[in-house]
Amino acid sequence: MSPAPILIVGIGNPSRGDDALGPEFVERVGTALADEIAAGRIELLTDFQLQVEHMLDLTGRRRVVFVDASESAEPPFEFTPIEARRDASHSSHVLSPAALLDAHRTVVGEPPEAWLLALRGERFELGEPLSPRARASLAAAVDSFVRVIRADEGPQSPS
Amino acid sequence: MSFPLEKARDPSKLRRIAIEPVSRVEGHGKVTILLDEHDRVHQVRLHIVEFRGFERFIQGRPYWEIPVMVQRLCGICPVSHHLAASKALDLVVGARKLSATAEKVRRLMHYGQILQSHALHFYHLSSPDLLLGFDSDVAKRNVVGLLAAYPELALQGVMLRKFGQEVIRITAGKRVHGTGSIPGGVNKSVTAEERDELLRALPDVTTWAQSGVRLIAELHAKNRELYEAFGTVRSNLLSLVGRDGKLDLYDGVLRARDADGRILFDGLEAEEYESVVREDVRSWSYMKFPYLASLGAEEGWYKVGPLARVQNCDSIGTPLAEAARQELLASSPGKFIHAPLAFHWARMVELLHAAEVIERLLADPDLLGRELVVTGARTSVGVGIIEAPRGTLIHHYEVDAQDLVTMCNLIVSTTHNNQAMHEAIREVARKHLDGHAPTEGLLNHIEVAIRAFDPCLSCATHALGKMPLAVDVVAANGERVARLVRGGEHAS
Repeated sequence: MSPAPILIVGIGNPSRGDDALGPEFVERVGTALADEIAAGRIELLTDFQLQVEHMLDLTGRRRVVFVDASESAEPPFEFTPIEARRDASHSSHVLSPAALLDAHRTVVGEPPEAWLLALRGERFELGEPLSPRARASLAAAVDSFVRVIRADEGPQSPS
Repeated sequence: MSFPLEKARDPSKLRRIAIEPVSRVEGHGKVTILLDEHDRVHQVRLHIVEFRGFERFIQGRPYWEIPVMVQRLCGICPVSHHLAASKALDLVVGARKLSATAEKVRRLMHYGQILQSHALHFYHLSSPDLLLGFDSDVAKRNVVGLLAAYPELALQGVMLRKFGQEVIRITAGKRVHGTGSIPGGVNKSVTAEERDELLRALPDVTTWAQSGVRLIAELHAKNRELYEAFGTVRSNLLSLVGRDGKLDLYDGVLRARDADGRILFDGLEAEEYESVVREDVRSWSYMKFPYLASLGAEEGWYKVGPLARVQNCDSIGTPLAEAARQELLASSPGKFIHAPLAFHWARMVELLHAAEVIERLLADPDLLGRELVVTGARTSVGVGIIEAPRGTLIHHYEVDAQDLVTMCNLIVSTTHNNQAMHEAIREVARKHLDGHAPTEGLLNHIEVAIRAFDPCLSCATHALGKMPLAVDVVAANGERVARLVRGGEHAS
């Protein structure tokens, strides 16, 4: 069976305040786009962090969207394309999305089109819920993303 | 009490080098080295910002939530915490003996975790040093550099990890944050289809694991002096062993040996850990320093993890891994092995063992059984010990009559290895740094020694962290005099 053409990867720890934005986004999109998921058009994945083997999840996709909390993104969120690139994250347990694409290019071949949805967060303490600002980022991002997917358009940065 | 190179006599007159963070380990870590004007080493310390918040986070929660919650401690070995918590809480629900199905499903999950974690460590975090050289081009000394230089080997590492994660997905219900193990048993068994899916992949997995053992054995044979002497410090060893004395990473009794292999204690049940392990504190470190109570803090520190385990047990109960273990032991006739780089060899022996155990479990019809949970007389205290990929992991809980956790104590493998890692990096500093101007390659030697223990600092610190990548050389007056940036740049 061929993989779903669109993969959404939520990155973050659900127990660390706004770090939960990635997994929370995936959960909400999973509800909102249940029909597309059931039809095999979209697949969802969450993890604490990206590891090298995640490159195998990219193979055969048309488009991959990485969703992560960010302390520096313009609020409520930024939606930017990602190119394969080696960076310092190669030397840790954790790979950046760009480094993961680069690993895919090295081992498997040209990676799929990839985007980073960076949701603005501000508090990352253990046991904390999403901050009010992160909740606003999340709601705006989910709404925009679902509209884009339903319209079957390419991802667009909010104006 | 102070260990050599733990405390400089007059630090104000020394230059301070910080390796911050230690790369290719999980979480936050920093090494500081104090040098005089002749680059002589006076003090070496590994700083890990221990954060005890996770234990407080657990307190007040219902006990049945705990096996899932503790997985949020760490993105690297969540299954180890899932199972250690489940084992502790088995005792709270009175399940002193699980059903055969539950125990075997949990074992399968655990050995899947061992396999994928050891594969990550060896193939992606350590082999760039071992294959490309400790002071090779830092831009290529990483997993992607390895993929380019040794594509087949690197891909085998990826596929091994993928297989381990499939085992976890099938047994835990999900690839991440699984819920398969619960107090008293498991909430699902394995279907015949799932078993067959894993069986189809297994021959390749075993072949790759054997290749990995051969590779590390050959690396040792080619450079025995380096592999035997690099950061080598003698210490006691601690691990679980099976009740029959064989290697058992899921369950057993505590056994400790001294540096020459003489047994210090044996057969201790998990609940007795507090009678043999104490934790020392140092004013300069947030992380505790565990030691064997009978020997005291100065003599009682120990190693845990693969190298401790394969020597602490009497044998391994699977043939390929036992043969590989014998080859490892034969590399040091009549003497226990204490070389940090031998951890890699032991790790690969265990990876092979995990593949063999998984094969045995998949052939066992109990895996498909329906008796999933047992209960018995409720108690208020539970201790669960498991051999996580990096070493002995202790979970200890107290639960009140309202089912809420009132006390939680976790001792993770990185904390057990705290003093051993310090002694290893001090030995490396003496042999490789002392009297030399620090370079990226030389400083990486320190990191190589730390990485051999495969510390998971986010477990030890109970925090996931960010990883800036810079090494600052700071004069005694606090002024930065040089900076080494990962990628080989050097700017003053």
